[in-house]
Amino acid sequence: MFKLSSFFRLNLDLFWGRLFGILTAVVACLVGLILFFLVRESLPVFHELSWKDVFSKSEWYPMSGHFGMAGMVFATVAVAWGALLAATPFGIGCAVFMVFLAPRSLMIAMKMILAIGAGIPSVVFGLWGLTVLVPWIAEHQPPGASLLASIFILGLMILPTVALTSYSALLSLPSSLRQASLALGIGIKGHVLSVALPAAKNGLVAGMILALARAAGETMAVLMVSGNIAAFPSSIFDPVRTLTANIALEMSYATGQHRAALFASGLLLAICVLVMVVFAHFFQRHRIHE
Amino acid sequence: MSERLFEMIIWFVAALSFVLIGTLIFDIGRLGTSGLSFDFLTQLPVNSGRAGGILPILTSTLIVLCITLTFTVPLGIACSLWLSEFVERKNAAAQLAKIGLDALAGVPSIVMGLFGHVFFSQFLGFGFSLLSGGLTLSCMALPIFIKTTVEGLTALDSDWRRQAAALGLSKTTLVWNVLLPASSPAIAAGLILALGRATAESAALIFTSGYVDRMPESVFDSGRVLSVHIYDLAMNVTGGDKAAYATALTLTALILLINVFVIWVSEKWLKGGALNL
Amino acid sequence: MNALETSVLTDGGFTHLYESREHLTHLSVRSLKITYQKKAVLDDVSMDFFRGCITTLIGPSGCGKSSFLSALNRLSNLTPTCGVTGEIELDGKNILADKFSQRELSQKIGMVFQKPNPFPLTIHRNLDLPLKEHGMSCRERRNQKIEAVLREVGLWEEVHDRLHTPALHLSGGQQQRLCIARALVLEPEVLLMDEPCSALDPISSRVVEELIRSLRGRLTVIIVTHNLAQARRIGDFSAFFWTHERVGRLIEFGPTKVIFDSPLHELTKAYVTGISG
Repeated sequence: MFKLSSFFRLNLDLFWGRLFGILTAVVACLVGLILFFLVRESLPVFHELSWKDVFSKSEWYPMSGHFGMAGMVFATVAVAWGALLAATPFGIGCAVFMVFLAPRSLMIAMKMILAIGAGIPSVVFGLWGLTVLVPWIAEHQPPGASLLASIFILGLMILPTVALTSYSALLSLPSSLRQASLALGIGIKGHVLSVALPAAKNGLVAGMILALARAAGETMAVLMVSGNIAAFPSSIFDPVRTLTANIALEMSYATGQHRAALFASGLLLAICVLVMVVFAHFFQRHRIHE
Repeated sequence: MSERLFEMIIWFVAALSFVLIGTLIFDIGRLGTSGLSFDFLTQLPVNSGRAGGILPILTSTLIVLCITLTFTVPLGIACSLWLSEFVERKNAAAQLAKIGLDALAGVPSIVMGLFGHVFFSQFLGFGFSLLSGGLTLSCMALPIFIKTTVEGLTALDSDWRRQAAALGLSKTTLVWNVLLPASSPAIAAGLILALGRATAESAALIFTSGYVDRMPESVFDSGRVLSVHIYDLAMNVTGGDKAAYATALTLTALILLINVFVIWVSEKWLKGGALNL
Repeated sequence: MNALETSVLTDGGFTHLYESREHLTHLSVRSLKITYQKKAVLDDVSMDFFRGCITTLIGPSGCGKSSFLSALNRLSNLTPTCGVTGEIELDGKNILADKFSQRELSQKIGMVFQKPNPFPLTIHRNLDLPLKEHGMSCRERRNQKIEAVLREVGLWEEVHDRLHTPALHLSGGQQQRLCIARALVLEPEVLLMDEPCSALDPISSRVVEELIRSLRGRLTVIIVTHNLAQARRIGDFSAFFWTHERVGRLIEFGPTKVIFDSPLHELTKAYVTGISG
């Protein structure tokens, strides 16, 4: 009563397997394609570029062959790390609050506001920074658009992400840990500082690396509040220009060597961020293996 | 440091975070509603966007999102299924693909914009167009979507896979009739994350879909999306703040709307007892 | 359908069948060895399963009973690290040979798992899917078959008015009976059951047990159970497994009455009387 259609069906499995495999290979190779095109477009400037000058000088006059990116590299690093350092205590604080201290209603409210915050587009953060934060800083310490404003806005932007990843890292700890601490009479402070945070360390760090990558790669929010001057800042109130902002600002009219230099800076940025991401990948995997 | 002090610090830190993010959300709502109206959504921009509405911009945004969706969902589901159902977990190629996807997720949006500009606009000859923009966004959305979907698929009851083998069901049947419908909440979550990211994106679109605020006539036309419009109003148009906030509110509302819609569709799908293939 | 009914011997039949046909061997296992990651978990098992009889496999946890069961329908192939050597013959044909397709095997040998695992589809589709997959293209015939099999497991009265509601809304016992129905819908000759009652409450467990009993004479049932009383109630034959130096072995095999009342082996005696295990 049953027809044997197995031959056809099994081949269908084989067909889908092959097809999906090929498609996956294509998607996974996209990152290689991206790097390839970045290299291709920046080739014209490679032989002319002295990497020593790029990293030691801040004169960015690409039309006349000055490709000093030191100021912008510094700004990128300072903004990303500054944002991370500012957001981490708050993010982890929020996570600890939600897991150990908050009454249920507050916990839900907090989670909601973090979820909405994580969904707000970066350009909206930039808009808010430009119209609310920058004038406020300018009142106290002109010009307002500055390294500080960038760190503040980016920090605020990655805060929900840091908080939510830390929250899930803390939640994924076995509840027996908390029970053991309770049984030993260890309070919340002792439990958080010497048990929970160390135990969730890898999850927390992986989340932070991803947040750092996001901060380093952010363009619009920074562009709108940083002042965009390519010089080396002398204080936290000075305007800065990050590598990403530089590309966004100049790409539309850049040609020749200038354009190639912009692609080279994009390549530099991509490689830095990719190293961080792959690092985070292994961090997360090791957490599972431990 | 006493127990009490520690708790106070945590409460303070959490309250401050709450207030800061809350203020931002509140400001967008407050400043946005004053400029938002039905006319704003249905009129053409006048005077670089200072007056008038955002109809062409909203249209461009929706078209770009549709293009992104068209490429992301089938490709993303194909990749997720391959990674979770068609290869062993320890397969070297699968591991490599996962690293590739993680790396792709980490490419900064502006760099993605450079790539899209060179590859889609110039190399493939799509020019500044909604198509180039949508394809570039797909590159960004895919790894996010795949990651969430794979997690959803691996979390499914593995008994179903054994049962299907015992019944002699082919992998194809198992996947289409059982696993995909059962993981539809995860697929929806992935879609929300990916679309949210795509809708919010601006840097990758400046050099791919462009700045033009006219009504697009085809996918090969250039068009300005909401986030680029906000950027332009805030940075290049003096007196554009009010319209910028109204657009920001529209954009945020659009993202929320997408969330609600995707959840609704996935529940429908689940209730309907799956695809009838 | 008719073919099935005519094959049932009347007059409460089993004893009759048993005595008159001198236990026809249906499935025979010869020097079977199962390894996980090259380490043996079960070694040197040789036994026969007789047509139309219920054979219970008993023994402590981890003695390889479940592995044994899933080797019988090659389900162990799903675990890449699992290796099976030896011979398993179904009516004289070695099923471990590649010539026997998984599909053919899955039609001849049905399986029911410990945890009720209906697919997250409607009740109807749970039964419809395997039929379609095995090439029954006429919808009318499929529906007849589904009704017949649901009556057989005593679910028809309970669910006939909600065939198109999700199977996961059924109670645990109903779900398990649905799973048995799903295994029976392909008209298998052999039914493998891996502790089918252990996840159920006592009342549902009784119902399922009755159902299994009703299969006697028509199907060869092989059932793993930890419930000794149940093994005694429903079994015609019993096999006792024990772990020796971390490798599972078949200690004793014979009529259930013998295994429980006058076992030959000391270990069996200790286990069935509750002294060890």
